[in-house]
Amino acid sequence: MSPINYVYLAALLFTIGAAGVLIRRNAIVVFMCIELMLNASNLALVAFSRMHGNLDGQIMAFFVMVVAAAEVVVGLAIIVMLYRARHSASVDDASLMKL
Amino acid sequence: MQLLAETATSTGEAVQFWVLGTVAVIGGLCTVLLRRAVHAALCLAGTMIVLALFYLANGAYFLGIVQIVVYTGAVMMLFLFVLMLVGVSAADSLKETLKGQRLLAACCGLGLGILLVAGIGQISVGGFTGLSEANAGGNVPAIATLLFTRYVVAFEVVGALLTVAAVGATLLSHRERIERTKTQREQAEERVRGGVQLPPLPAPGVYARHNAVDRPALLPDGTPAELSVNPTLRQRGQIREVGPEALASLAALEQRTADHHGRSREERPRTQGNLPEGHGGSNLDEQEAPK
Repeated sequence: MSPINYVYLAALLFTIGAAGVLIRRNAIVVFMCIELMLNASNLALVAFSRMHGNLDGQIMAFFVMVVAAAEVVVGLAIIVMLYRARHSASVDDASLMKL
Repeated sequence: MQLLAETATSTGEAVQFWVLGTVAVIGGLCTVLLRRAVHAALCLAGTMIVLALFYLANGAYFLGIVQIVVYTGAVMMLFLFVLMLVGVSAADSLKETLKGQRLLAACCGLGLGILLVAGIGQISVGGFTGLSEANAGGNVPAIATLLFTRYVVAFEVVGALLTVAAVGATLLSHRERIERTKTQREQAEERVRGGVQLPPLPAPGVYARHNAVDRPALLPDGTPAELSVNPTLRQRGQIREVGPEALASLAALEQRTADHHGRSREERPRTQGNLPEGHGGSNLDEQEAPK
């Protein structure tokens, strides 16, 4: 099996996530699709790391994970706040910056 | 020449890749396509576990464990918590606010996929160099050495980012109470003034067949009392309607009881009677608010 298969799989998952971000309306599901894209990129980084025989790819994947965790915390707090203000988590309803 | 030595991976890994890769793609597709957000979250958790197995297979032992602990353990559970907070019953609406947006988005996704695959197809890869040399002293010590020497500045910055994110999340989700909390008396007076339902709501279903709470109670005139079932059940479509045949069978039952007791028709209590003037439950609403 060629190592490029891992990269193909990562590209496929990234595409699915990107399509999900465009298609879905629920802000939480949009967020989950972003997580899917980040995970796909992590898979590619880990495969690159093995291809080249050094650990820099794994370190980058680690940093991606940390930043994704921070992003999830802030993003979910924003979604909860939006829900409190508008009683809906749909991205269509959030057309104004203020109520 | 070292490349040639490890160009091929084992058949076991190939089998693992194709089986788990299919599972991962199906999980990703379900995340996008399933309407209920909880189902999407569970599918995404499955995909993340599969990705963790891929990390382990690729020699990233530390990342594989971190993926399970941080992603499926913490991040996905955070998602589920927020879903519970926001309301599980809220499914995505199928109404399109922009015309043809879904189709265009799917086309864009397809185009992106084609571009990515075509781009990857352009390159030629020899094979895996393998991490046996880099992982010689163990994967975790090797990563720690890199993290605390070459990437130490990035590590510190990321630590600051995590602190800021935690403070920001607390700040965002914190709500200062501006107005005074209402006392019980004030709440009661407000309810009376508003003319809403004052006494307790009527109890639900009297036919204890399966789950009686999903059956509306019947008013004296035989119509279902809308107030007697939980609004959440109605929103989910889990409420059992009391149709005319159920009322007819009830009337038949009462007829048989009356015959058994030898009562006459007139004495029989009236259940399925004349149609009401208002709709079910309305007579509860019509109560006059005391002045």
